[in-house]
Amino acid sequence: MTTQDILKMEKRVLDWDAHTVREDFPILKQTMNGVPLVYLDNAATTQKPQCMIDRLSRFYANENANVHRSVYMLAEEATASFEETRKLTRAFIHAHSKNEIIFTKGTTESINLIAQTFGKACLEPGDEIILSELEHHANIVPWQMLAKEKNLTIKVIPVLSTGDLDLDVFEALLTPRTKLLAVTHISNAIGTINPIRKMIEVARKNNIKVLIDAAQSVVHMTVNVQELDCDFLVFSAHKMYGPTGVGVLYAKEEILKVLPPYQGGGDMICSVSFTQTEYADAPQRFEAGTPNVADVIAFGETLKYLRSLPFDSVIAYEHELFQYAAQGLSEIKGLSLVGKPRVQAPIISFVMDGIHPHDIATVISQSGVAVRAGHHCAMPTTQAFGIPATTRISMSFYNTFAELDLLFNALNTVNKIFE
Amino acid sequence: MDNLVALYHEMIVDHGKNPRNFGVLEGVHELKGLNPLCGDQITLYVKIEGGKITDAKFSGQGCAISMASSSLMTQAIKGKTVVEAKTLFEAFHGLIMQETSLDHVNPILGKLAVLQGVAAYPSRIKCATLAWHALNGILEGADAPVSTEK
Repeated sequence: MTTQDILKMEKRVLDWDAHTVREDFPILKQTMNGVPLVYLDNAATTQKPQCMIDRLSRFYANENANVHRSVYMLAEEATASFEETRKLTRAFIHAHSKNEIIFTKGTTESINLIAQTFGKACLEPGDEIILSELEHHANIVPWQMLAKEKNLTIKVIPVLSTGDLDLDVFEALLTPRTKLLAVTHISNAIGTINPIRKMIEVARKNNIKVLIDAAQSVVHMTVNVQELDCDFLVFSAHKMYGPTGVGVLYAKEEILKVLPPYQGGGDMICSVSFTQTEYADAPQRFEAGTPNVADVIAFGETLKYLRSLPFDSVIAYEHELFQYAAQGLSEIKGLSLVGKPRVQAPIISFVMDGIHPHDIATVISQSGVAVRAGHHCAMPTTQAFGIPATTRISMSFYNTFAELDLLFNALNTVNKIFE
Repeated sequence: MDNLVALYHEMIVDHGKNPRNFGVLEGVHELKGLNPLCGDQITLYVKIEGGKITDAKFSGQGCAISMASSSLMTQAIKGKTVVEAKTLFEAFHGLIMQETSLDHVNPILGKLAVLQGVAAYPSRIKCATLAWHALNGILEGADAPVSTEK
């Protein structure tokens, strides 16, 4: 990094005013155990801006109608608002067409959808799927279920003690039977940002399809699916300041054209008779039944909100928070960070000598600090580090340096109780 | 902060760090207890001779609450009859779940009552009851591991 770059970055950090942006998130004024809430569990779910909450309530109060069906004004408008979110989502991840955006109920359903359609139609017994040791259970279990059903082989890219994936092993795992690489962009457990650009390049050369779990990345960095050239990319609205119950599946149009439907029902058909049903094209083909209309529309408001933020400044500010947190945590007695990957998102896992993560989380919650303790739905990751559980902090652009100081103080209290 | 002081009573921190009766017994009743939510797992070993618990140990790993509770429990049940141990289990359960009055259970529980602070932390109740569920499983003749998520 040149001096010029650093100056530019500092300028951007100064541009970012976390105190002002906090006003957009009503819950941040809440107290927990009688003290101000310090919310550092953003990797589990982020808090919601008032504009999204208002949009949700406005839809139910004034605009509620089902989508893609009726011809009266209310229904037309609901359909238009619903489809508007699809367009905003396309722009958000820089997809080629809005027809490449399928709404699900979350990242988990998006991955299951791929396993049940692409997995069932395009994989043959003996084919191989490559996963990594940094995966969330949502990107492990659907593939295990499919592997059992179709006699597929699952291979796993190991994680090094630094928290980086062992890319040499990745290349060594490839065979002519390898058909899919399903890998996370950012580890939800320890914050590693995987070099997915490089991994996708390797996959492309070997004619392997690629699924990227972007649940943690869309909120911390710009994601451009056309530049990445991945085949599938999945994420959840609720981890990016949107409502729960909305997930996104991006898939290249050419792949969606050949995939069989996921679930059968209304909204996914062209015509139905008892002898034959003709299915609709993507995205409707994969969205059977009444979708989560209100939350999808509210998610559109979140996307507009995010678009209004200076995203470069957000990224720079979150990186500053990360560095401040990593430094401050390392100075706590008996505390060790789990992994030190080459590039890391504002997600940090740590352990403390002789003190269980659940005890840490309980003690600091008394100071208003909300963190996650456990295996983070990524048991293979914590097992790779030889530990059953960690304490994890995950930051957002609305967190402040003062909040991190409160965390450090609370951790010193933990030491006092257990010394 | 008062809740916290009650939860992490000196005796709990001590038993959490230096659990008593920590180890393995061969050729006796044993049962695994799992708490899938937080990954705590212990194995409880109980020697029963002539309807009386003559020895008890436990192994495994977990938080201060589950370690301390296992440690205190193994101390408390040694020398008790199976019937007395069941009474202890019910009294302890009543205390933690706040289903029984303290006046009633305190005389039965003795120093086990130190764990009553857990009641203020619903997410930690399973840590305190893990070993007790394993004990109950043994007394009821279970041979499959007991889980806090049933």
